[in-house]
Amino acid sequence: MPSLENRQFIELEKPIKELVDELKDFRQRAEKNAKVDYSGTIDQLEKSIIAKREDITKELTSWQKVQLSRHPDRPYTLKYIDKMCTNFVEIFGDRGVKDDKAMVGGFAQLDGETVMVIGQQKGINTKMRQLRNFGMANPEGYRKALRLMKLAEKFNKPIITLIDTPGAYPGLEAEERGQGEAIARNIYEMMRLKVPVICVVIGEGASGGALGIGVGDKVLMLENTWYTVISPESCSSILWRSWEKKEIAAEQLKLTPEHMHKFGLVDGIVPEPAGGAHWDYDLAAQLLKKELLPLLQELKTIDPEVRIKNRIERYSKMGFWDEI
Amino acid sequence: MAKKEEDIEKNLTGDDLPQADAIRSSWFKRVQKGILTSTSEKKEIQEGLWTKCPECKYTCTTTELSENKYVCPKCNYHHRIGSAEYFDILFDGDEYTELYANIRSKDYLGFTDLKPYDKRLEDIWKKSDLHDSIRVAVGKIEGHEVLICCMDFDFIGGSLGSVMGEKVARGADYCIANNIPMIMICKSGGARMMESAFSLMQLAKISGKLSQMSDAKLPYISLLTDPTFGGVTASFGMLGDLNIGEPGALIGFAGPRVIKETIKKDLPEGFQRSEFLLEHGFLDMIIDRKEMKQKFGVIFTLFKN
Ligand SMILES: [Zn+2]
Repeated sequence: MPSLENRQFIELEKPIKELVDELKDFRQRAEKNAKVDYSGTIDQLEKSIIAKREDITKELTSWQKVQLSRHPDRPYTLKYIDKMCTNFVEIFGDRGVKDDKAMVGGFAQLDGETVMVIGQQKGINTKMRQLRNFGMANPEGYRKALRLMKLAEKFNKPIITLIDTPGAYPGLEAEERGQGEAIARNIYEMMRLKVPVICVVIGEGASGGALGIGVGDKVLMLENTWYTVISPESCSSILWRSWEKKEIAAEQLKLTPEHMHKFGLVDGIVPEPAGGAHWDYDLAAQLLKKELLPLLQELKTIDPEVRIKNRIERYSKMGFWDEI
Repeated sequence: MAKKEEDIEKNLTGDDLPQADAIRSSWFKRVQKGILTSTSEKKEIQEGLWTKCPECKYTCTTTELSENKYVCPKCNYHHRIGSAEYFDILFDGDEYTELYANIRSKDYLGFTDLKPYDKRLEDIWKKSDLHDSIRVAVGKIEGHEVLICCMDFDFIGGSLGSVMGEKVARGADYCIANNIPMIMICKSGGARMMESAFSLMQLAKISGKLSQMSDAKLPYISLLTDPTFGGVTASFGMLGDLNIGEPGALIGFAGPRVIKETIKKDLPEGFQRSEFLLEHGFLDMIIDRKEMKQKFGVIFTLFKN
């Protein structure tokens, strides 16, 4: 987790930044001048920062949720694995083309029990962001994910997927190697996995790229995330014929966890630390773990065949139409 | 000079497009506007009207074109056609029964872009014979009973929404109940964005149903036609026991314009065409539209015997 000095702030966090700057200032003064007691002021500022963090995330617009989900300090898949699990053994490669760095996964223990955790991975700095391709997997990433899922199924271990992608990569090689087929195969196979599958949107949940690791018995969203069929920017560019209407597009798409839960498309919303997951990685991971454990226990009691039937039925019910 | 990439996504707005599809609708005169029969909605070809091939500029009459299954007699360009034409071409004696025509799109989210979704639907319904972007029908191909789901690109770019999901799901149930195969004729620009996440979830919904068809050992054939993109390619379009392409069809996950903008390079000649997909191992075969019916007959015979 970045120290206070290294924190990055996005537009909507400006009021927090002002308080943080003030705090930094007083800390420096306290360091330079040991004779004056600043502890009261510093204490007060620290409390105000927490209060402001809470305040700011209380009523976010859809677009602000999108922005928060993309916060540069936000924890990504490997961070959650590190903070939630023990004995993580990362497994690489699709055994076909290469290892896709935008998709990670492996066995780990969650509260002593072996699970398979798979997710998109974004980079934490400029160099890593490129290496991770901004969390946009190629077909081999989806095939790697499926390989790991099948491995989990063989050893009867539950699967947890962590979704965080602006979309599957729209590249030339991706098309050559069958991006569509890879995602299609994953959706189909995930529907039939004999082990419990829990999917969690931890950041961005964009389109087929998200659903490619997103079919499960339970689907959750973290508080400051979004999930829909297209990014608000692309939606704006197509339907409004302008890149400028992304805020409106985000609003119209009803992509927030609250909407998605109300629609019955996700099963629950996982709370985040005050101000967002990027303020406290440990707490963010603990909050997620707290939601995952009882769900895993619940799903384990169901017969595999019934679980698959329920999974198919869960998705069969989704949609709206008139019959005239 | 590389040709300008087709903007596939543009078709998903639901607005009128001054393109090939508008030309196509002029081929026919509507004889039964608003009247539905349980079999087909008859449209008569406009006799003596001239039409120009967008590929080779060859000009022939619409009658000649329809007799040639809407394939250019000179360069073999496969014109974009709709469900009525495919049903006509494939079903024996043009006899079939349409199913689930009463299922209509609904503006559940109150989605408004440049126009409210419900208004958009109303306007299209007023102008078009189509009720949504897919039609489902049962009939016979070379004597084999089969259910066909066929997309209509004219209806909001063949976009994948709740109605497509529900019709295909019921179609799959019908196939299982009647022990018959399904052919999916794909022609879609992608997701019905006005249905947001509900549109995305149809990918999973249909895949679940296809897996049940697979359990019942029923053939599922995906016929990918020009153009097929987005959610359809990333789900049931690519999940056929056989994935078949029409010659020259544009098929992909991301549209060519989007890819070009991403990689900032010109796309190679033939990129995302059927022949390209076959070479890369994602199509099992390419079948000329004029041989389609007969080949389907052979395939079903092989599956049965
Ligand atoms: Zn021609």
